[in-house]
Amino acid sequence: MADPLSGLVGFARTLRHAGLACDPQRVQAYAAAVEQLDVSSPVELYWAGRLTLCSEPDDLARYDAAFTAWFGQRISVSGSERPVMPQPQRSKMAALVSPPDGQPGVESSDDEELRVFASDIEVLHHRDIADLTVAERDHLRQLMTLLKLDPPRRTALRARPARRGRLDGHRTVRAMLATGGEPARLRHVRPADRPRRVVLLIDVSGSMSPYADALLRFAHAVVRRGPSTEVFTVGTRLTRVSRQLRLRDPEEALAAAGRAVPDFHGGTRLGETLRAFLDRWGQRGIARQAIVVVFSDGWERGEADLLGEQMARLRRLAKAVLWVNPHAGRAGYAPVQSGIAAALPFVDVLLAGHSLATLRRLWSHVRDPQLSARTEVSHA
Amino acid sequence: MTASWDQLPSRPTTPAELAAALEKTGYLADDGIATAGFLALRMHRPLFCEGEPGTGKTSLAQALAQVLDVPLIRLQCHEGIDASQALYDWDFPRQLLHLRALEAASDGKLDADAAEASLYTERFLLARPLLRALQESPCVLLVDEVDRADDEFEAFLLEVLSEHAVSVPELGEIRAEAPPLAVLTSNRTREVHDALKRRCLYHWLEHPDLGREVAILRSRLPGIGGRLAEQVAMAVRRLREMELLKPPGVAESLDWAEALLALGKTELDAETAAVTLGAVLKYREDADRAQNAGLAALLAS
Repeated sequence: MADPLSGLVGFARTLRHAGLACDPQRVQAYAAAVEQLDVSSPVELYWAGRLTLCSEPDDLARYDAAFTAWFGQRISVSGSERPVMPQPQRSKMAALVSPPDGQPGVESSDDEELRVFASDIEVLHHRDIADLTVAERDHLRQLMTLLKLDPPRRTALRARPARRGRLDGHRTVRAMLATGGEPARLRHVRPADRPRRVVLLIDVSGSMSPYADALLRFAHAVVRRGPSTEVFTVGTRLTRVSRQLRLRDPEEALAAAGRAVPDFHGGTRLGETLRAFLDRWGQRGIARQAIVVVFSDGWERGEADLLGEQMARLRRLAKAVLWVNPHAGRAGYAPVQSGIAAALPFVDVLLAGHSLATLRRLWSHVRDPQLSARTEVSHA
Repeated sequence: MTASWDQLPSRPTTPAELAAALEKTGYLADDGIATAGFLALRMHRPLFCEGEPGTGKTSLAQALAQVLDVPLIRLQCHEGIDASQALYDWDFPRQLLHLRALEAASDGKLDADAAEASLYTERFLLARPLLRALQESPCVLLVDEVDRADDEFEAFLLEVLSEHAVSVPELGEIRAEAPPLAVLTSNRTREVHDALKRRCLYHWLEHPDLGREVAILRSRLPGIGGRLAEQVAMAVRRLREMELLKPPGVAESLDWAEALLALGKTELDAETAAVTLGAVLKYREDADRAQNAGLAALLAS
């Protein structure tokens, strides 16, 4: 190699195209690492890159493939081609004030226009999301962006100043110093509180498709208010979309989540995906003492036994498990589907989630798990 | 600034040398671990270790400290950990006593400024792990289970690890002569911020392969026979392939082997396995699954 550095930078660029986060700082570290090692040894060359350029287990397979391609078989990769992603349309947060398109009879005065519009919003709150027209859906999206979903709270380890409570040595000594060591008023602290983690598991299988978009938007609204919220889509496989949903703009976030989820409108293997969630994330901490909300209709194609087993596991980890079934809002609904019947014993509360109003009601249960416990009997 | 690391007599010059030194302490490192440790030492960068529990993340830090013959300082992270638990704190009860003593000695003519100055000196400073690491460097600083701490703590940690210095408002800056060799471990209960990872070398640890696990068992438990070590390693490997809630790590295979040795066994049979299974599998469901799969099949060579 004439100039080893250009070779390394090229390799890093290949990795970046493969989806790794090889920023200049990492490339610099890579070059520094190579300097410390014996470059003629493929093993050391491999590790120099893996240790400096990778940042999570998902990166490793891609790194291995790129390494073989770049160093093993010497395939030159041209670095200028970058797939052009279509730019999603940015949404207008303030779009609520403009009435939806195709609204008949709104040519009257502004006042009346507003009134008609306000009553529409009221109706829209209670309509089943699956039955909405395109225009109404559009409107619902805008309403979703206005939801204020503050996360539930839990007691923190840290304390905050308070009038009563445990003695605060630090501030008491400070106060005494200010008076030259005279006994001062004792200062106290009390335990502070912190947001409790909320985990949303959204079924994106075929039978849930009328709701998937609205539920992901709901999840986006939750993520925006609660930074430790985690969102996963379940169906035939498990996909973590928390990172995508952290994008501030709802349209961009939804588009990113859409790209990440490979199994939209597929089948349902809830038991298996739930197990994948618990193995990879839940048991390690994400579900521990969290409020877990499962959005699914419970049409399970896999084994119902497995689902029951995994729900039992989830119940032991979580603070509360809420199950939201959009179909539960329909007249004559009974939880008899194999999946939901197996899961029901391990669910704190079963809720409907077919409209904006029911989603808001869901949130009051998330905010106060005790509320769930009190109403549990009526649903069981 | 880095003179003191370079002066260490035990400082390895290649990854292979480090691996050999680690092996002497009973830590059997593969190429990845050896290179990771070597680079962390050479590049003065923290080493961020992730992997399943029981793959040897924490013991790597212990082994490195032993090899380099420097102290190991451990910071165990937990939810809500803050600077006063990680960095330093003032010894308030002693400060109060001191203040009372001063007051009594001064006959009520206490000079407030002088009193305050005498309170905020190193005498009353309680150095917590991070500050101790900076003061005692060269040393190995183990920041264990960083994924349990909160995001704000990560930002704070990042600052300490990249500056190798902290400032105590009352005392001024405390800077490390040589940057401590920092090993951060994470079990991935939470995504650690990219800014922190970017500062670090990243290593994902896998369970050791069969040969290495046998070697680990034999080096850690000198009394173990070759046959028993192989059987335990093989059985643990098969257990890892089953879909368990908690696949056993190296620590569990060591526990199991130790339990068998304590029972005076030189060979592992289905009956012994059944009564000692609790040393490897920590969930009732896992034990049931292993029993159903047949313990004899687990041991078949």
